[in-house]
Amino acid sequence: MAYKIVASQCTSCSACEAECPNEAISEKGGTFVIEPAKCTECIGHFDTAQCVAVCPVDKTCIIDTSYPRYQL
Amino acid sequence: MESLTHQADAEGVDMEAIMQQVAEHKGCGTSGGSGKSSCGSSAGPSDLPAEIWEKVKNHPCYSEEAHHHFARMHVAVAPACNIQCNYCNRKYDCANESRPGVVSERLTPEQAAKKVVAVAATIPQMTVLGIAGPGDPLANPAKTFKTFELISKTAPDIKLCLSTNGLALPQHIDTIAKYNVDHVTITINMVDPEVGAKIYPWIFWNHKRIEGVEAARILSENQLRGLEMLTERGILCKVNSVMIPGVNDQHLVEVNKAVKSRGAFLHNIMPLISAPEHGTVFGLSGQRGPSAQELKALQDACEGEMNMMRHCRQCRADAVGLLGEDRSAEFTTDKIMDMEVNYDLESRKAYQAAVEQERVAKVEAKNEEMAALAGEDSAIKVLAAVATKGNGLINEHFGHAKEFQIYELSTSGSKFVGHRRVDMYCQGGFGEEDTLGTVIRAINDCHAVFVAKIGGCPKNDLIKAGIEPVDEFAHEFIEKSAISWFKAYLEKVKSGEIAHVARGDAEIRQGALIAE
Repeated sequence: MAYKIVASQCTSCSACEAECPNEAISEKGGTFVIEPAKCTECIGHFDTAQCVAVCPVDKTCIIDTSYPRYQL
Repeated sequence: MESLTHQADAEGVDMEAIMQQVAEHKGCGTSGGSGKSSCGSSAGPSDLPAEIWEKVKNHPCYSEEAHHHFARMHVAVAPACNIQCNYCNRKYDCANESRPGVVSERLTPEQAAKKVVAVAATIPQMTVLGIAGPGDPLANPAKTFKTFELISKTAPDIKLCLSTNGLALPQHIDTIAKYNVDHVTITINMVDPEVGAKIYPWIFWNHKRIEGVEAARILSENQLRGLEMLTERGILCKVNSVMIPGVNDQHLVEVNKAVKSRGAFLHNIMPLISAPEHGTVFGLSGQRGPSAQELKALQDACEGEMNMMRHCRQCRADAVGLLGEDRSAEFTTDKIMDMEVNYDLESRKAYQAAVEQERVAKVEAKNEEMAALAGEDSAIKVLAAVATKGNGLINEHFGHAKEFQIYELSTSGSKFVGHRRVDMYCQGGFGEEDTLGTVIRAINDCHAVFVAKIGGCPKNDLIKAGIEPVDEFAHEFIEKSAISWFKAYLEKVKSGEIAHVARGDAEIRQGALIAE
């Protein structure tokens, strides 16, 4: 699995971009998006997903179940 | 570090529901651009050590006196934040709102540097560049310091300042000193983590989201340590506090002592801006802001301790201009990228010299009138509202005023104690026909209102409400005129011609600002 950003909730504050250990987050069309291939759900880096922890709007960075769980 | 999962529950309020509403809220949904202006301490040259006066005299946010003459601008290069505050909503897409954290467009450091030079070349009064968000400048250190670096090269006479929540302050102190940032504002709403837990739901610290009392404890430690480190390095520090009735209002007296003892130069206690349409936690939970009297009483209680700032306009993070004006619409990114800029240091200096002369004239006029008050002794204190466009003059028509400045008059002279917004709002329930009612509610604690001109109808309504409209000092200096009027008022009371009656409380406007 990977995380994804709910575009309608994103404030484009960019806080997640700097915190992502995989540089998987970038701005596209006014809001931020996570490149699923690069997202490791922060497994192996941190206890919690950094984008979720820093995002000012709850339930905006969420698990995208269409991708398989990340394996170390 | 152990992370506590303490939920900051406001009494009987469903936080879960509110957080979801916050997430869904999209601003007030009208269009246009606006913002409001400056702020400052009423302290003048006589109240301050010479080296501090030199530093603040041309800074609109640090000197009340300066804000009549000098402008500041904020560049919105710092969108990310590292804490969550219950009075802030990061869905900042309502262009009409005038409150911190609201901006119309974000800039790159390069765009910001270009904008600053373009504004400074057009507005010689522009002496100060601040980075105040819309997030926290120190949660965006690369963008913030790059902006300072570019500006210090192209516009070296402009003072740099930043406004922060203080969480990341200690780790950036040396960089702040390196870029010659000469003013820093820290927002400190509490020194007791138990109080803090009611204001800050969480912080992002060491790669973790930390909640509750633990979050507030870490925040408070960093704020106070950062303040000490700044003052040790001789960087002038102002502390902003948001007054939240029932949450931290009494506690702010303690905050005032704590920041004073750590070397803060100025304390700015601001009213909570809280309306449901802002979509903040406090707005949605029905947390009220203070009344004008409550705010003034707290500011007065702290004033014995240190200089208090009385006319912060709680402006937007992209505001441009002087008191009562916002010129940010002239300087949108599209426009500045096409501008031919001629940065003329000499004409800027000439303007600033002319201001010095005006200031001297204004102070002389006040002192002259004060001499006439000498020997008067009365316990009577009254407030007076003034319609002004700036420069310390009574030079605005009553009906055109978007705000009134409030002066307290007593036998010890006149003192600026605040301002009241009376502009119309996009939401808030006041219709066109009740404009005058809005004004009266906003200045209801005043005995008089000084104007350059006023129509017959509002004049009668003001008199009925017990507020004397005064137009005989049109286009004269505010303080000289106010003292002169007060002297006559005292005489009338003494002779028994009128009876002195105390006034009631007044309202602090909460809604979003309508753009013109």
